[in-house]
Amino acid sequence: MNKHMKLLAVLIAALSAYPVWAQTDAAADAMPEMGHSTLDQGAMPTMDHSKMNHGAMPDTSAAQPNMNHDMSGSKEEMQNMDHGEINMQGGSAPADARDPHAYSGGYTLESGPYSRPGPRELRMADEHNFGALLVDRFEWVHATGGGNATAYDIQGWFGRDYDRLVVKAEGDVAKGKLEEARTELLWGHAIATFWDTQLGVRYDSGAGPDRGWLALGVQGLAPYWFEVDAAAYVGDEGRTALRLGAEYELLLTQKLILQPRIELNVYGKSDEVRGIGSGLSETQAGLRLRYEFTRRFAPYIGIERASKLGQTADLARADGEKTGETRWVAGVRFWF
Amino acid sequence: MKPFASHYLSVPDLPRRRFVQGLAAGGILLGLPAIIKPARAGTVDTRTGDAPVLSGTEFDLTIAETPVNFTGTPRMATTINGSLPAPTLRWREGDSVTIRVTNRLPVDSSIHWHGILLPFQMDGVPGINYKGIAPGETFTYRFKVGQAGTYWYHSHSGFQEQTGMYGTIVIKPAGGEKIRADRDYVVQLSDWTDEDPMQVLSKLKMQSDYYNFNQPTAADFFREVSRNGFKAALDNRRMWNEMRMSPTDLADISAYTYTYLMNGTTPARNWTGLFRPGERVRLRLVNGSAMTFFDVRIPGLKMTVVQSDGQDVEPVTVDELRIGVAETYDVIVTPRDDAYTLFAQSMDRTGFARGTLAVREGLSASVPALDKAEWLTMTDMMGAMNGGMGGMNQGGMNGMSMNGMAMDHSQRAMPGMAMGGGMAGGMATPSSQVRHAKTEYGPSTDMRVDTPRMNLDDPGIGLRNNGRHVLTLADLHTIGGPLDPRGPGREIELHLTGNMERYTWSLDGLEFGKSTPVHFRHGERLRVILHNDTMMTHPMHLHGMWSELESPDGSFQVRRHTIPVQPAQRISFLVNADALGRWAWHCHLLYHMDTGMFREVVVA
Repeated sequence: MNKHMKLLAVLIAALSAYPVWAQTDAAADAMPEMGHSTLDQGAMPTMDHSKMNHGAMPDTSAAQPNMNHDMSGSKEEMQNMDHGEINMQGGSAPADARDPHAYSGGYTLESGPYSRPGPRELRMADEHNFGALLVDRFEWVHATGGGNATAYDIQGWFGRDYDRLVVKAEGDVAKGKLEEARTELLWGHAIATFWDTQLGVRYDSGAGPDRGWLALGVQGLAPYWFEVDAAAYVGDEGRTALRLGAEYELLLTQKLILQPRIELNVYGKSDEVRGIGSGLSETQAGLRLRYEFTRRFAPYIGIERASKLGQTADLARADGEKTGETRWVAGVRFWF
Repeated sequence: MKPFASHYLSVPDLPRRRFVQGLAAGGILLGLPAIIKPARAGTVDTRTGDAPVLSGTEFDLTIAETPVNFTGTPRMATTINGSLPAPTLRWREGDSVTIRVTNRLPVDSSIHWHGILLPFQMDGVPGINYKGIAPGETFTYRFKVGQAGTYWYHSHSGFQEQTGMYGTIVIKPAGGEKIRADRDYVVQLSDWTDEDPMQVLSKLKMQSDYYNFNQPTAADFFREVSRNGFKAALDNRRMWNEMRMSPTDLADISAYTYTYLMNGTTPARNWTGLFRPGERVRLRLVNGSAMTFFDVRIPGLKMTVVQSDGQDVEPVTVDELRIGVAETYDVIVTPRDDAYTLFAQSMDRTGFARGTLAVREGLSASVPALDKAEWLTMTDMMGAMNGGMGGMNQGGMNGMSMNGMAMDHSQRAMPGMAMGGGMAGGMATPSSQVRHAKTEYGPSTDMRVDTPRMNLDDPGIGLRNNGRHVLTLADLHTIGGPLDPRGPGREIELHLTGNMERYTWSLDGLEFGKSTPVHFRHGERLRVILHNDTMMTHPMHLHGMWSELESPDGSFQVRRHTIPVQPAQRISFLVNADALGRWAWHCHLLYHMDTGMFREVVVA
């Protein structure tokens, strides 16, 4: 009981502190742009230095500040960047960036000459809530070595453009029993053009005792259209975990889409009762081919390789179970 | 042109339709089971086609839901006096008009008189000018008409403009019509979807390329490899892929859901305007659509543009023009053959609106095939390419290599442009110093353009080098010059921004809810610079005052109420802040406006 209270207290403290540190005010240079700067860095320098005539460049060192995307870099460097370098995405506002409110004369939407009486009436869709529920995978799974299961992978969100409630659920059912399920309830907050941080809780159920975790992660779109989902978890009894997932959608035609995906799970401590060993525990690598009858409904077939590694594999072997299996999958992807 | 059989029936093959030709005959679907009844029992079908004309100084308009059937699926439209488009209002310059608008919808409504100068209380934007028109209520608009030309009117509530609330205003000049024409037709282009527009927006919020079925595919890649080689194909895509943006993002909503209408008439139903050979026919082209840029041409017939946004311009004869959302163009044509097709293809080339000019009913000319959609180019993404830089480095090298070269400020301007347009010093030319707002570096913005193009002579993506003479802003010169000989007293700069992935659109990276109004001092003349940090063309509309577009060298170009700002383009216009009140200012792409690309202007 004590442990749960502690976990709850940590969660509440974290949730209340969250809006403070996760400010997306672009002027706040100190903002921890998780994943963003490094990934955008990867994007920029596909330049082949051998092709560039460095002699022609007036200031070769000026090229460097653009590359060295140090967020706390000198203002001078920032100004150099603004002056002649092209940085079309990401980055931080230079010190002399224009104030978008400079033309307001101090007036607001609710105050000033000719403003309408009472609270503001006009609200556009940026102040309305939207939501969606994506069932990314709902599939029948057949292991080549025998054994069937049904697997699901759902993500839903509700809220506005930069702040939303997110639900993620992934699991599988075999022989009518929930074998393994991971459910997360998160608060998603946009920190960069293509990235959101997500903070919340995760609940593992299925075979073995249930586990609760505090979750903190990022989800977004990396250059070259890789969809990335990464999270770190802290549970009770000093348990920690890391989950990384990546997906790519290759359009073979406008409606036929090939989707490779990988997922891996790492655990800090063994959890033998749940068949989990510490370290890199399990990976899934799959390839799914879907046909979009409509955007919101697409059946697919695919193949997936699931592997247990390291100590997790040892535990499996001790239990007389396989450490890896290849599966055929067939299912539907739909959303509404 | 040989006439052929009049109406042809298209069988709505809904699951795999690329775009919908629509029904052939009003509401009656031949050969389909009776279970599909186009009209609800007890309600009268909406009148489509030539809108009824209302003239005089007193008008009664009733807003209601009436049934329509453009595609075989019966739907309810929001209409005025039961017609789509709404009745054409004919006013006379100098008259005072009284318009009583009764709202019979179950929700609030409003009517905004687009391009009309009037007291701010009559401008019709709920939450800014008044509280809107409540269900059952009648609101009386009263104002003096101080201008002439072709304008239009539409709802400014919700998505009512999308569902049919749009009509044309024709104002006769005080001294009599100076433009000679034997026939005078309103040609109002629009887009119709059977979907609930809120559903459409919800889908875009979840998947912003939902309606884009022209995306780059592996099949395209291999085709290009076989044509241009592996490296070229790869380079072509590299920068787009790095930036996570699509070169095919021409329109957010395509003919996947839209049926394009000409005077409320589907292509299959073929709106027809009659003429006698040799007559001068005036076509008042009005783009009353929600999201669609139309490229209009009449094969076999040149068009002489005589008015733009209701204002007289030096006549210019072209083969084709792009009419952006909310814009109007009055053109004169002199047809001689029996029939011509009025062809208005959407900018993304997924569909078209179509009508006919003919010597008698029942004739039609051949309809051209849709042009192929072109990918956006480096110019659209990055703006002004340095001299010889434009041709090379199509790949990821591009940004960096341009950085390295001597990119001093003069490279950003067009040749011949005076560089005195800094913040201090002469206001003679618009400033070319790019000043992004500090709020453009966060999650609301997906790109920033540092080297915008400022030329007005680019016809736009899909119209370049197509073998036809296409109208550009540089061809338009308002007769009589600017309203005011004064130059600007100051200069302001707003950036058009958005994040396609999140489907949010904004100005300076701030959506409406986070914005503050822009204050114009009453009586001042100021310059507004609009800088497009996106890859879409945005028709920017300032209510209440004229926008006097300048050319890059600071000389007066054309007077407009709606200015299309092309991808990576930077334009400037002068405004006389002579209209007291609060006014709306926004991108006229309805779903952009709705997601936040909207500002208030306070003139006080």
